[in-house]
Amino acid sequence: MNNLLRMEAGGARIVLDDPWTLIRAPETGSSGEMLILPLAHWLESPSTHAVWLGPDDDVESLLPWLASLPLIALDFPTFRDGRAYSQAYLLRSRFGWKGELRAIGDVLRDQLSHMRQCGFDSFAVREDKSAEDALKGLAGMSVLYGRSVIEPRPLFRRR
Amino acid sequence: MYQYDDYDRALVFERVAQFRDQVERFMAGELSEEEFLPLRLQNGLYMQKHAYMLRVAIPYGTLSAGQMRTLASIASDYDRGYGHFTTRQNLQFNWIELHEVPDILERLAQVNMHAIQTSGNCVRNITTEAFAGVAADELIDPRPLAEILRQWSTINPEFLFLPRKFKIAICSAKQDRAAIMMHDIGLYLYPGRDGQMLLRVIVGGGLGRTPILGLQIREGLPWQHLLSYVEAVLRVYNRHGRRDNKYKARIKILVKALGIEAFAKEVEEEWQHLRDGPAQLTDAEYQRVAGAFVPPDYRTLAGTDLEFGTHLADNPAFARWVARNVQPHKVSGYTSVVLSTKPGPASPPGDVTGLQMLAVADWSERFGFGEIRIAHEQNIVLPDVPKSALYALWQLAQEQGLGAANAGLLTDIIACPGGDFCALANAKSIPIAQAIQARFDDLDYLHDLGDISLNISGCMNACGHHHIGNIGILGVDKNGSEWYQITLGGAQGKNSALGKVIGPSFSAAEVPNVIERIIGTFVRYREAEELFVDTVARIGLEPFKERVYPKALEVSA
Repeated sequence: MNNLLRMEAGGARIVLDDPWTLIRAPETGSSGEMLILPLAHWLESPSTHAVWLGPDDDVESLLPWLASLPLIALDFPTFRDGRAYSQAYLLRSRFGWKGELRAIGDVLRDQLSHMRQCGFDSFAVREDKSAEDALKGLAGMSVLYGRSVIEPRPLFRRR
Repeated sequence: MYQYDDYDRALVFERVAQFRDQVERFMAGELSEEEFLPLRLQNGLYMQKHAYMLRVAIPYGTLSAGQMRTLASIASDYDRGYGHFTTRQNLQFNWIELHEVPDILERLAQVNMHAIQTSGNCVRNITTEAFAGVAADELIDPRPLAEILRQWSTINPEFLFLPRKFKIAICSAKQDRAAIMMHDIGLYLYPGRDGQMLLRVIVGGGLGRTPILGLQIREGLPWQHLLSYVEAVLRVYNRHGRRDNKYKARIKILVKALGIEAFAKEVEEEWQHLRDGPAQLTDAEYQRVAGAFVPPDYRTLAGTDLEFGTHLADNPAFARWVARNVQPHKVSGYTSVVLSTKPGPASPPGDVTGLQMLAVADWSERFGFGEIRIAHEQNIVLPDVPKSALYALWQLAQEQGLGAANAGLLTDIIACPGGDFCALANAKSIPIAQAIQARFDDLDYLHDLGDISLNISGCMNACGHHHIGNIGILGVDKNGSEWYQITLGGAQGKNSALGKVIGPSFSAAEVPNVIERIIGTFVRYREAEELFVDTVARIGLEPFKERVYPKALEVSA
């Protein structure tokens, strides 16, 4: 995928050589290596390909495959749909997903810090937006009152 | 009052810098209107009919004198010299320029204030009642938990793009003055047998197009679980609430669709994963926050004051104001005072000028401990006034147009800004309020009528809470002209009820006559000192309909 940011030790960087190809609709060419397939399609024949979930998809359906999946992507059909934040929380904090968790779809600079806090570690920034500009949105604010995936302790336990 | 520490201050200043950058990017065309919209809404900024409106958060309705002076300075420097207090205890500035908003927010941040999440599909300002901490019938001071909730819900990354707005209210008194049955989550705080603080959790209340009273999902929840339980409710709502239709997106629709038992079961299952985890509140945190709400240095005063008694006896107008606008206080010799923002047609309900704000700030220091409250009824409350100071305060309040003796009376109208300002409104609210206030200008008569709440909303979004007014007026659009539908029998508080529509709607010009007939019917059927709402409950709508729609009855007879 192009226009990708990834969290790595020491910070985030723009990834220019991401090997994954996002397949939105499998009919239009699902051959090749390293595909990110829609959940329903992937479940038909679980493989070494990666999977993406829409906000209506049930994250629980991935439970049997978490040990072997190479990558999970969660879709933001619009940036105003916040369900993927809760899906990310469940995958990371409840189901223990340690692999790459990628935000796809309407992924914009001003929501990146929320995504990062909810456990996403790679971000396929919307194609018409500058990835370099989006990098500035990852840090967010220095204070988090509540808690999140990457900081499970509320501020009152850190204050 | 809660005092900001370095964390709280860093958060509001960083937020100002973040929004300043977003405004600049929007003005430079780097952010589309669609992308900018939720960003500005979550910073309190609406686009209204004529200009931007900025809604400033007044957490649980509590302000210091210094904060009130800052609001006054914003009114005079950036607006047209006034602001509008809302039913959710916030303040709205109506005439704002976009490029000045970051400077306004910076000025607010300097006095520990902000406009974060006063709009948008996120957790809004946490509200409680205006007399929290001082009411004679209070069980437990709800402010520490309200502040803890405010912090927890502020920029909580998982819950910033909920299906729809989310309102939480908490109260802990014999009377429910925070309308907790009308909130997405209503919390009732009470002491258990061993004195431990417990919470009753109510969900799914709300007004708007589908007015519903909330339903209880949990009784006796120990306070330490407040945040984990609210988190469980929010996660269930965020995952399963409808997003296909904004009018069906509030949590009340989800609760109704699943049924309260199934919804409660979902929440309990989610909560089992969270309970006793890091979100569990600690005694240390409660004490840290509660330490900011310790009672001020009250003097030891006698329960009666001789001079006060003399003024009461000599001055009927003062006595009337005391009877309506002065509330009992938990400390002997003190009272809480309601400064009415409803003087009559001269000023719309909730509107307060910068000069009035400065005067209120001065009075709060001269007669109290520098603290001010905003009431759900859009009035201003001075929470700690000694009885001996009431007469002096009353005189000053009268000079400033804040001394109307009408708290809880028919002219203490709750009204949204309506079609004069709001882009959503179907009809104007303010001229209707003014016409009713002009018609009922005989204070003796109003006092004889006793408690009557009258609420006006300019559209079915119900910002004026018309469903829970004893008399509710809803602006509706009929073929491009403004009409008003009337409901009777609504109530807030422990005996919350939704009003019932009396029949076809009326033109603006007819409304004062209709209200007069409704009141006339009440007077005719009233028994002794019966309250309006009790008379309506006893005799039903028919006698009112007969009087209001005489011709229709002749036709059907």
